[in-house]
Parts: sequence; C-alpha cells; structure tokens
Amino acid sequence: MTALLELEGVDKAFGTVRVLRGVDFTVQAGRVVALAGENGAGKSTLMKIITGIYHRDAGEMRLRGKEVQFTTARQSMDAGIAMIHQELNLLPALSVGENIFLGREPVDRMGRIRWSEIERETRHWLGTLQQQIDPWTETGKLSIAQQQMVEIARALSMQAEIIIMDEPTDALTDIETQILFDVVEKLRGEGKGLVFISHRLGEIFRMCDDVAVLRDGNMVHQGPVSEIDEDGLIRHMVGRELSDQYPYVPAEPADIRLKVDHLVAPGVRDVSFEARAGEVVGFAGLVGAGRTELGKAIYGANPAQSGSIEIDGQPTQLRSPRDGVSAGIGYVTEDRKLEGLIQAHGLRQNLSLSGLFRFTNTTGHIDKRAERAEVTRYINAFSVKTHGIDAVISQLSGGNQQKVSIAKSLVAQPRILILDEPTRGVDVGAKREIYQLINELKAEGLCILLLSSDMPELMGISDRILVMSNGLLTGSFARDEADQEAIMRCTVAGLEEARVG
Amino acid sequence: MNAKGFIRENIPLFGLILLMAAVSLYSPNFLTVDNLLNILRQTSINAIIAMGMTFVILTAGIDLSVGSILAFAGAVCASMIAVDTPLIVALLTTIAIGAALGMASGTIVAFFGVQAFIATLVAMTMVRGLVLVYTDGRPISTGDFDVANSFYEIGGGYVAEIPVPVIIAALAFLICWYVLNHTQFGRYVYAIGGNEQVARLAGVNVARVKLIVYATSGALSALAGIILTARLESAQPTAGMAYELDAIAAVVLGGTSLAGGRGRITGTLIGALIIGVLNNALNIMDVSSYYQQIAKGAVILLAVVADGRSKASSR
Repeated sequence: MTALLELEGVDKAFGTVRVLRGVDFTVQAGRVVALAGENGAGKSTLMKIITGIYHRDAGEMRLRGKEVQFTTARQSMDAGIAMIHQELNLLPALSVGENIFLGREPVDRMGRIRWSEIERETRHWLGTLQQQIDPWTETGKLSIAQQQMVEIARALSMQAEIIIMDEPTDALTDIETQILFDVVEKLRGEGKGLVFISHRLGEIFRMCDDVAVLRDGNMVHQGPVSEIDEDGLIRHMVGRELSDQYPYVPAEPADIRLKVDHLVAPGVRDVSFEARAGEVVGFAGLVGAGRTELGKAIYGANPAQSGSIEIDGQPTQLRSPRDGVSAGIGYVTEDRKLEGLIQAHGLRQNLSLSGLFRFTNTTGHIDKRAERAEVTRYINAFSVKTHGIDAVISQLSGGNQQKVSIAKSLVAQPRILILDEPTRGVDVGAKREIYQLINELKAEGLCILLLSSDMPELMGISDRILVMSNGLLTGSFARDEADQEAIMRCTVAGLEEARVG
Repeated sequence: MNAKGFIRENIPLFGLILLMAAVSLYSPNFLTVDNLLNILRQTSINAIIAMGMTFVILTAGIDLSVGSILAFAGAVCASMIAVDTPLIVALLTTIAIGAALGMASGTIVAFFGVQAFIATLVAMTMVRGLVLVYTDGRPISTGDFDVANSFYEIGGGYVAEIPVPVIIAALAFLICWYVLNHTQFGRYVYAIGGNEQVARLAGVNVARVKLIVYATSGALSALAGIILTARLESAQPTAGMAYELDAIAAVVLGGTSLAGGRGRITGTLIGALIIGVLNNALNIMDVSSYYQQIAKGAVILLAVVADGRSKASSR
C-alpha cells in the first residue's frame, strides 16, 4: 500500500472560527476512502485545501512523499488531483464537449481548437459512463443527473491520480449510481486514489475500502470499512447514539386549514385535497411529478390558472409570493442557493426578510432591536451554528443554511408551511433536528405540506401521504396503510395514463 | 472590530484622507475653510445624483439617464421661473417630472424585464432629445422676475456661510442614509440586489421597489438640475452631459458593488468627495484639463483595485 497523498496536522481557521484542528488524512493508491461527517464538520474545507482553493494555516501535505503547497486550483489539477463538485460547475450555455475541456482545450500550433479531438475524447469519456449524450448538446438542456455525469466525465478525462467525489450520487438515479460504482471499481483497479464524500451510509459500506470521519474539525476515526458498522459510524459522526431516525409524534388534527379544489397551474393539471391544522401531509412523486409546482402554486409563486384555494374556510386569491406570505403561507424552497437565501448577505437580513413587516411600523421604520431579538431567538431555538447574528450565509454549512431557510419562513408566522425537500444535502444529525422541528411545529398547530423524494423520510414523518404523478394526484395513504411499493406504483400511474392519452 | 478590519471596511475614507493630506502638503491654499466649502459646493451636484445612483446600483441596476433628466428638469424649471411661477410650485413640479421620467425607465426595467443598461440608455437618448426639442437648442434664462432672485439662492446662496447646495446635499444624504439603513424599503433594495429571485419568493414586491428606486434616481437628478440651473441663472441644453459617469464613479469609489446587494451610501458620499477633491487639487496644481482626465481615471482605477484587493484578502 502506497500513500498517494498524506495530510498531517492540518489547521484551518476562518477569522476566529477554527474549522480544522490538526487533521491527519491519507489517500492510498488503489483504495477508496470515504470521508464522512455532519455538515459543518469540515469536509468541504479539507477538500478545498487539498485542491488548492484554500490555504492551510498549519500542517503538512505530501503528494507521493513530496511536500506540496498549492496556491491555486490549477496547481492541484496539474499535480493530478481532480474534484467532482457537489454543485454543478458547468456552464449551461456551452456544449458538453466545451464544458469537459474548459480551460484545457487541445489546440494546434496556430492556437486553433482541435474540435475533432474534443468530440472524440468527450464521446470516449461519456462512453465510459455509458452515457449516450452528443458532445455538441447544450449542457443546460440535459437533466440534472446527466449534467452530473458530464461533471464526472470531466474529472475522468483529466486522468488524475486522485479523484475526489463530493456527494456525486445525490442527483443520480439508481441506474446511474450503479454505473458510477462500476467506474470507481475500475479506477481502483488502475491504482488511483479515490475520496468519496457521501451522506448515504449505505453507499459508503458498499463501495469504500476505508472511512475517515470528521467531527467539529477533528479527525475522530480513520480505518478500514470492514472494522466498523453503520451504528459505529453514526456514533463517530454525531458523537452520541442516534436512537430513532424518525421521531414521529401522533397528530391531533384539528379543523381543515387548507382546501385546494381543482387547482390548475403550470405543471399542475388538476389537484384537489384538504389538509388540517396540526397535520403533516407528505407528497411523494418522481422528479418532475409536479410537487414543487403545486407548492409554488399554493404559495402564489406560480399563480393558479383555475381552481380555488381556501384557507381556514376563506377563499383566497394568491397571485404572488407576497400574497402567499400575507395569507399565512410559508414556503421553504428546495433550492436554497438560488431561491432560498441571499448567500452574500448576513444571517439577520436573510432571516427577517419574509417577516420584516413584523418589525416595521406604518412609516416603514424597522425596529432593529425587536428584529435582533427575534432573529436571535430563532438562531438559538434552531441551534444554528454561527459565530454571530451577522455572519455571512455562504460561510454556514449546508445543514445550518437549511435551518436558517426554514426559520426564515417561520419569522413571518405562517399558518401553513410548505417544505420542499427540507433535508436534501443535510447530514444525519441535522436531519433529525429538522424532523423534531417539524413535530414541534405540528404540535403548535401548523399545517405542514412535506414535499420529499426521500421515501423513508416521508413514511417516517407524515401523518398522511399523497402521491403525485404527471401533475395529478394518483394516490392517498393514511400513515399506517402506507407501504413503499404501493406508493411507488402510484408515482408512475399518471405516466402510463399520459402515454395512453 | 480590530484595527485591520476597520481599515479594510473604510478604504474609501482613508483614501480621501490620504489624498487630502497629500494635496495640502503640496499647496497651502488647499486646506482653507473657503476652499473646502468650495469643494463641498462643487461636489454637491454629483453627490446628489450619486445618491440616487446608489439605490439603483444596489438593486444591481444602473441609471444612464441621470444627466439627461437633469437637463430636462433644469429647462422646465427655468422656463417656469421665467414666467413668474411661484417658487415652491416650480420646484415641486420639476422634481415630480424627474421622478416620472425615472419611473418611465423603471417601468421598462421592472415590468418588461429589459436590462437597466439598455432601458436607461434609451431614456438617456430620448430625454436628451426632449431637452433639445423643448429648448430649441438654446439656453433658457430664468428671467427678471423677483422669483428668479429667490431661485438663484438655491444654487448660489449661503446660510450661515455654508453654500445652500451643500445643505441640500447634506439633507438628501441624511434621508437616503436613513431609508437605506432603517426602513423596510431600504432592506428590500439590498435584498433585490443580493438575489432577486430570493427576494421575490420571500414576498418582496420586486417591481414596485424597482419602480420607486428609479423614480428616486430621477427625482434626485431633477434636484441636481434645479441647483445647477439656479446657480447659472439659466438652463443649458447640454447640461449634465456625461454626469452619469461621475455619479457611477462616485458609487464605485465608495465601495458599492456593481453586481448589487452590497455597498453603503456613506461610501458614495466619500466617493463623490474624492472626485471633488481631485478636481480641485488638479486645478490648484495647475494641471492642464487634458491631463486632468487621465489623472482622474488613474485615481479611480487605483481606488477600485485597492478596495477590491482588501475585500478579496478578507475572505
């Protein structure tokens, strides 16, 4: 076993916050090492130090035994380290081939790009991933899963010695995940060193040789996967026992809070349902089934074309998110980065944006003391890890951002809360905190619509599950009669009908 | 905040102090009360326009029409004064016209989704044409009625030794500062520039805020037009040409990001002062007006690079 990359005693701090403390980490040739840890544990920071995006404050980094110090991402790339990013870093307006060779286009002596080579190579690397994508397709027109495969192909085409994969399977379906695993298998055989970051513990055990666990900036465990089990791994990650992943509390549903009648909106063909105060209604469905669209239609972001919405018995017209907020609806988007939080702004401004009216008098003056007090209350209640009320959002971890995103809609004191994929990209510990939060809100009498692609989560937390497919409701299950297979059948039901029709 | 952070946050201010120190070493006439008041008076017009520009740029927009609106407002105001319109009526009408013109480009930006650069470029061209039609290409004198004398005071008068334009600019600054820092509207301006989609989904009426922002810029340009016309006792059809550039420069010198969402109105005031001091210093040093342009450009470049570097290193 040869160590390709060794890190020893790496420290990193942002301002006064120490993100990494004396971290040791080794990547070996021909082995896949999983890097596990909760959001905010320091995984991304560690990877950014390896890829030259951040500089370490202290410690050593050796590549094949030789001390290295990368000051740019380019240097680490040239040294044979490639990274597959969790967020897609592709330019949507460029073709697939252009994206794969961006910044390292093959040129002839005159500086002209050798397009034929780009085309050939692109076909080759996509072929390795069993993708039949034309190299000249505009990247933005591909599905998210396909784009993720392009991202992977780009990393492969660099023929790096070390490949870091940051949640590569998050956007992939089972079939593509399997393809990726086969490729990883092949790369391992070729003696490459692979780092695999994932929240999906099952994948870690299925695919990795070693596992390293970061917790609060400390490397608390590194060793072969065979010597640890799932419970042990979780224990290392959260530093305590996780008794029950889905802490369900039975509901005491009250009156009908929301009544949706024959709602038609972009992506929603004809949906009717009722939801009660103090109830969590889960919405299952495939990607593109129309759940997000339904949520946005109820909130007013995609105004309904026909049909009616009643809240607490009152017919309500919702033509904009502003109407939604005033009608007492909170909407937590699935896309926190683009739609949820202003990344460059502070925690306080983000948290109070929706509910600013609560601190504003008739002349538009903001009572900043009241605002600070309320924002601080939410930060504490949600145990958001931050070094201050004005910390910039982009410096928070994904899980903490998600808590802020939920808190933000609660500041406006909604009666109905729409949660769209509230735990996507959130680690085990933070997930459970969010579930507990949902329970508390339910107990307070909120009517919660939970839109989720995570089936165990839906079945674990919801009081009732509705299934959407192709813009229609295709199934309805009480909590105790919900079973995964029956739900799955409903998720594809509308598709059949659409094909026939 | 530590000392390093304080300096990093206030690069424009230190730039201004440094500039003033350097000029005062060169010329003993610079740091006199008279000259400083003179600089303030000369700066007030650009400062007022730049304040409106700050609102626009904070929403990630830009307003190229300010110079044309200034000229049109000045022309309308001069012709009203010339026919003995009561002062308050003339002033309010002029400012309302400025706001309406600003709102016109705001409408194009907010409701038709046209990029601010294009929308206000169109407004700049068309309003300038309007000025030429209205004035027939000739200056309009404010006339000989008594009201013209009171009108002059707005541009050329003094209250307790302080030039009236400086007092107007100071009041405008206080109002703008309050609105941006302590009101819901101000918060929304920042939010829209930070991420328009997030703001919309949070329930902000984005179109309405934008409309008011461009109207504010138009109204402040009209106010600047009033001051300029009052001081000259006439409206020039070519007034305000290229003023948008000085205003944008002041905003950028003040550390406000052209990408929107980040910046401070205090910075804009300092930025305008830097430009004012620079103009004054170059005159005192007897630099040819041809070279002045080059020097001004160089200083702006220097300031923006220094600010950008300090912000990058703080990450």
